[in-house]
Amino acid sequence: MTDDISAFLYLISSVCFVLALRGLSSPDTARQGNIFGVSGMIIAIGTTLALPEVLSYEVIIAGLVIGGAIGTVIARKIEMTALPQLVAAFHSLVGLAACFVAAAAFYRPEAYGIGQFLDINTASLIEMTLGLAIGAITFTGSIIAFGKLQGIISGAPLTFKGQHFFNAILGISIFALIVLIVLDQNEAIFWSILALSFLIGILIIIPIGGADMPVVISMLNSYSGWAACGIGFTLGNSLLIITGALVGSSGAILSYIMCKGMNRSFFSVILGGFGVESDLTDVQQGSDKAIKSGSAEDAAFIMENASSVIIVPGYGMAVAQAQHALREMGDILKEKGVNVRYAIHPVAGRMPGHMNVLLAEANVPYEQVLELDEINRDFSQTDVAFVIGANDVTNPAAKTDTSSPIYGMPILDVENAQTVLFIKRSMASGYAGVDNELFFRDNTMMLFSDAKKMCDEIVQALN
Amino acid sequence: MQPEGVDPFIFGITVLVLACFVGYYVVWRVTPALHSPLMSVTNAISSVIIVGALIAAGPAEGNFAQAMGFCAIVLASINIFGGFIVTQRMLSMFKKKR
Repeated sequence: MTDDISAFLYLISSVCFVLALRGLSSPDTARQGNIFGVSGMIIAIGTTLALPEVLSYEVIIAGLVIGGAIGTVIARKIEMTALPQLVAAFHSLVGLAACFVAAAAFYRPEAYGIGQFLDINTASLIEMTLGLAIGAITFTGSIIAFGKLQGIISGAPLTFKGQHFFNAILGISIFALIVLIVLDQNEAIFWSILALSFLIGILIIIPIGGADMPVVISMLNSYSGWAACGIGFTLGNSLLIITGALVGSSGAILSYIMCKGMNRSFFSVILGGFGVESDLTDVQQGSDKAIKSGSAEDAAFIMENASSVIIVPGYGMAVAQAQHALREMGDILKEKGVNVRYAIHPVAGRMPGHMNVLLAEANVPYEQVLELDEINRDFSQTDVAFVIGANDVTNPAAKTDTSSPIYGMPILDVENAQTVLFIKRSMASGYAGVDNELFFRDNTMMLFSDAKKMCDEIVQALN
Repeated sequence: MQPEGVDPFIFGITVLVLACFVGYYVVWRVTPALHSPLMSVTNAISSVIIVGALIAAGPAEGNFAQAMGFCAIVLASINIFGGFIVTQRMLSMFKKKR
């Protein structure tokens, strides 16, 4: 196959990837989009296999079969609630694969036509080491994110004195090493870049708290794209550059949307440490104030007699695996003539769109699931707001209390509903360590229980 | 592959910048409800890095670079299969009112 034909096929493959993302503009076209994605990948791999320099098919097929089998099993077995950690784990693999490709290119540059061992073109060498560094940061960063999401590592932000200074030194050292390797190509520098990048990847993610994970995952998503891009430059392959840019910009946009959803600058999320000073004294003072609590029967009675209910799910729903019980509750209410809708905050859950997937898994039709902008005005004409597993995203302090750490964050105005039913396991504060004044409002009824258990009990009471 | 006289790096940058614009406009049109599938599908397609791995593993003789290439193929194909299948699983759950 000539270079021209393979370049043309790579172009077709790039177009397929663009169409795959384009399909996601609506759930109706999304599945078709995924087929484009798969086709693009098949064309890309097929074209590469047909290149004259690719000969050792046994090795390649063995690799594809082993990897494919592992990937298929994981993807089929995984619980939808474990999606965020799965995505984090997958990101780490892209990062590590980028490192392997960079190492292969470093030790055998002839294969890519970029020079000889220890005598690589300067431009290719810079691109390669950048790809290596970004890939390595993606790898260890995603491993830490995975650990935090899976609960292997504490989700609490881990900070130490001089952390930012240390990270800055590390970052500068990596750049210095890249300059050094251009001046004097040797293996030791190559591996040092890898080691330092691994280290900085760990250190950037460690100080970031659990609820900032939507930003972290999007950011790592973006990095994995830029790593592919760096490798694409090294190989002089437009397909890798285009795909890397698509993925990189997608991750960057998602990070931006998530940061906006929390009214925090991207920079402050990266610096981390948010939610460390969880103010226990405040919470205890809070519990002295009067709260109204109710039972499942009370909640069932209130909702049965309502004409409209808006359900506000959060990460707690995912933890309790309450989505099926919740949908059952919603269905019964609908049968009783209640208008039931769901309101999703952009940062609810641990990854972008997390709640939407869980509700879809529980067979909630997507027309009933609305975004913050679409539904926020309707709370004032709603009888019941049913908050399940969400906390900070409903806290009115974000609008009124300038001293609150979450001040300025766009919130769901649940307090405007006639009655707020708030499921919570205990009076502990939310992730941000902020007391939610919503608990003490006259129109709020607290339902102290596990989210799933409460939904089940409400379903029983409704029947 | 490149137009004559133009440095491959400039050619690459041209492609990169244009692709970023395409990415920007396409991704902003993605409905927020599908942000999770967006992440998993971008994750799957970023494994197109397997192209580099295949070239590394390609030569008939075995060496260090080929071993690296093989490892990269395994990792990237976990991602390709895993990413597309999990995306498909998610998308198949987004249904209209019955």
